[in-house]
Amino acid sequence: MAKIYSRKSVVATTMKPKKEIVSFLLSYSKAVSMINIKNQSFEIIAN
Amino acid sequence: MANLELPDALLVQNYVSGDENALATLIKRHESRIFGFIYSKIADRDTSNDIFQDTFIKVIKTLKSNSYNEEGKFLPWVMRIAHNLIIDHFRKNKKMPMFRETEEFSIFSVMSDDEPSIESQLISAQVELDLKKLIEELPLDQKEVLVMRMYQDMSFKEISEITGVSINTSLGRMRYALLNLRKVIDKHQIVLTN
Repeated sequence: MAKIYSRKSVVATTMKPKKEIVSFLLSYSKAVSMINIKNQSFEIIAN
Repeated sequence: MANLELPDALLVQNYVSGDENALATLIKRHESRIFGFIYSKIADRDTSNDIFQDTFIKVIKTLKSNSYNEEGKFLPWVMRIAHNLIIDHFRKNKKMPMFRETEEFSIFSVMSDDEPSIESQLISAQVELDLKKLIEELPLDQKEVLVMRMYQDMSFKEISEITGVSINTSLGRMRYALLNLRKVIDKHQIVLTN
């Protein structure tokens, strides 16, 4: 059988972030709450 | 899911009111465009993921602290955040965008050396040698005119004076010399290109 000399494309055709990143963002969003006190913003992260 | 049909502005509003699914829909809807945009500037998957994450952390914080004003559209706003983070990234690293050699992109397509390569020098030398051999095969009168014109850079007037023939005869000999060379090159299928 003939050899295939072509290489697989290095650049992926679908440009998407890692699933872990999206999952982290969704969890972060659930955990974080912002409180504004006198022009200052405080970030509270629930464990 | 009904969320998929809702416009961005409404999803943002729902998210601010506490609907966490709205964020998932917004990310899913725009992840590929935003990530593609970042990747086009960074050309590194891991760094692009980091910047994508930082972009949405900023988005989440801004939306949760109610400081987002719906002046523009959601996507251009996120893109602007991503763009600023990309600039920060390059500033922090104090370097220009990194280019990585891929199948589609070769660094040598933007970097070039004016000097002919060793390979092309060798090919040129070989072509010249082949051509000289072919010229040697020409009839003497044609060879004489061709050498004087091409290698000694003489005018046809000078050639005619030296060879003792008319300018027209010199021109004719030159023409036949070239025709004969072409014929030999075609016949033997010699490649004389660099």
